[in-house]
Amino acid sequence: MKYTYTEKKDTRSGFGAGLAELADKNPNVVALCADLIGSLKMEKFIEKAPERFFQIGIAEANMMGIAAGLSITGKIPFTGTFANFSTSRVYDQIRQSIAYSGKNVKICASHAGLTLGEDGATHQVLEDIGMMKMLPGMTVINPCDYNQTKAATIAIAEHDGPVYLRFGRPTVPVFIPEDMPFEIGKGILLQEGTDVTIVATGHLVWESLVAADELEKEGISCEVINIHTIKPLDEEIIIKSVEKTGKIVTAEEHNYLGGLGESVAGMLARKRPTRQEFVAVNDTFGESATPAELMKKYKIDATAVKEAVKRILAN
Amino acid sequence: MSKSIEELKSLTTQIRRDILRMVHAVNSGHPGGSLGCTEYFTALFGNVMNYNLPFTMEGKNEDHFYLSNGHISPVYYSTLARFNFFPVDELRTFRKLDSRLQGHPTTHEGLPGIRIASGSLGQGLSVALGVAQGKKLDGDKSLVYTLHGDGELQEGQVWEALMYAAAKKVDNIISTIDYNGRQIDGDTDDVLSLGNLHAKLEAFGWTVLEEKNGNDLEAVIAILEKAKTETGKGKPVVIILHTEMGAGVDYMMGSHAWHGKAPNDEQLDTAFKQLYLEAPADY
Repeated sequence: MKYTYTEKKDTRSGFGAGLAELADKNPNVVALCADLIGSLKMEKFIEKAPERFFQIGIAEANMMGIAAGLSITGKIPFTGTFANFSTSRVYDQIRQSIAYSGKNVKICASHAGLTLGEDGATHQVLEDIGMMKMLPGMTVINPCDYNQTKAATIAIAEHDGPVYLRFGRPTVPVFIPEDMPFEIGKGILLQEGTDVTIVATGHLVWESLVAADELEKEGISCEVINIHTIKPLDEEIIIKSVEKTGKIVTAEEHNYLGGLGESVAGMLARKRPTRQEFVAVNDTFGESATPAELMKKYKIDATAVKEAVKRILAN
Repeated sequence: MSKSIEELKSLTTQIRRDILRMVHAVNSGHPGGSLGCTEYFTALFGNVMNYNLPFTMEGKNEDHFYLSNGHISPVYYSTLARFNFFPVDELRTFRKLDSRLQGHPTTHEGLPGIRIASGSLGQGLSVALGVAQGKKLDGDKSLVYTLHGDGELQEGQVWEALMYAAAKKVDNIISTIDYNGRQIDGDTDDVLSLGNLHAKLEAFGWTVLEEKNGNDLEAVIAILEKAKTETGKGKPVVIILHTEMGAGVDYMMGSHAWHGKAPNDEQLDTAFKQLYLEAPADY
C-alpha cells in the first residue's frame, strides 16, 4: 500500500494547529467560540493571540452575526463549534448575514458525522454538507486527516469569501504528507487504477484506501481520488478518471441526500453519465455507540466501500 | 455636511414623500415603519453621525449604521440618496428587476451605505457588535449605531446579543428601538407583549434612555447626542424611541394597517397634500 501511517490523530487537532499557526502568520485572523474551546482545540490560538479571541458563550446565532460584523472591519473570523451548531442551528444567520452578504467568515465545524460517537444523533449532523453547499458563494471543505485539516485551515484564510470547514472528533490515520499543498477546489489523485473510480471525502478517504488495497489483492484495480472540496467540485479530475474506469463509487460520512455523492452524480449526469454507487448514510439519524461500531452499522467503512465496488462491478 | 434644523425638517418631509412614491410605484413595501422612523434617519445622517463619502465597506474611523429591521428599506434608501450616497433617481428602481434597491437591503450589488443584508429579523445587533468589537481591536474610536423594530425584539437572537454586549462591555454602540407598539398582526401588546422593556434592557446591563417624542426632529437629535455622552463608560447604550407608525400621514397613523401596504393613487394624493406638495408625480 502506497499510503501508510505511523500515528493516529484527530482532524480537529489539525484545525487547532492550523489556527495557532495563523495566530502568528496573519494579524487579521480572529477566532470565535461558543463554549467549546477544548473540543475545537483552540487553546493554542488563545495563548498566542488572546486579544483576537472572542468567547461568545452558548449563543451560536449571535456568534455568526458577530463574525459577519468583524469581517466588515477587515478581520478574518474563524468560528468554532460542533458541526450541528455551526449549520442547522444557525442556517438563517449564515444565509443572510454571511452568505448573502458575501462576508469573509470561516465556519469551522468539528464533531461532524456519526464518528462523534457516544453523544448520539442530536449531535451527529449528517445533513451539513447539503445545507452549506446549497448556499450561493459558499465553499465547502471536508479534509481527511490531521495534516490535510491543518493545511486547509491555513489555506482558507487566504481565500476571500465564506467557507465551511468540516472536521471530526475521532483519531484517524495521518497519511497525507505534511508538506502536501492544499489547493481549494483541487482533488487529489491518491492512487491510480483501471476498474473503478472511488471518490471519497473526510474520514472515508482512509477507509477507501484500505478497501482499494484489499480489492487489489482480489485482482480489482481501484483509482482513489480525494475530493476535499465538495464545492466548488473538481469536475476535471473526476471526469478524467471515469473516462478510464466507466464506474464510480462515492464515499462520505453524510446522508446520501445532499452529500458529495449527490454533487458528483449531478455533475456526471450533465457531463458524462456514469454508473454510480453511494457509500453514505441512508437517509436516517444516527445513534450512540463507538465510531467504529457506527461506521460498520451504517455502512460507511472500508467493508462498505468494498461491497459497493463489487456491486458496481457485478452489474 | 452639517445642515440647519430647518433644512433637516424640510428634508424629513422630502423623505416622507419619497417613501410614499416608492411604495406606491410598485404597490408594495413598508411605509408605516418607514414614516415613523424618518426623523431618526435625518437626525442620524444629517446631524449626529460622522461619516465620509464615497462610502467604503470598512469605513475605518467613521461611525457605522446598521438597520436590523430591514423592511423599512424605503426610509433607508431615501435617506442615503438624499445624503448623496447614490443618485436620487435610483429610487425609481425600488423593488424592480435588476435594481440595487431590493425589497430588503442587500450588499451584493454594492449599494453605497449598506454593509449587511437585513430582512430576516433579529440579526442586526449581533452584526453591529462584531463591528464594534472589530473597531475596538483597531483602536478606532468611532461609534456603531443600530435600529431595531420593537416587534423584532420577539426574536431570541436579539437577547443573545443584548446579553453579550453588556457582558463584554461593548460601550461603543448606540442601539435604538423603534417603539411604535405595532407589528403586522396588530398591537405588539396583543401579539406578544414585550412587558416592561425599559426594565428588561436595564436588567440586561444596558444604559437605557427613553424619548417620548420620536417624531420630533430636535428631540431625536437631543437624545442621540445624550446617548453619545453615555458611550465609553463600560456599558452599551440603548434608546427606546417612541414613534408613531405612519407618522405624517393622518390615515396611516393609529393602527398597524399600513405596516406593509402601499397607498393607491387617491390615497397618495391625500398623503402628498399633507406633506406640502401638490404634484406627486415625480421625485
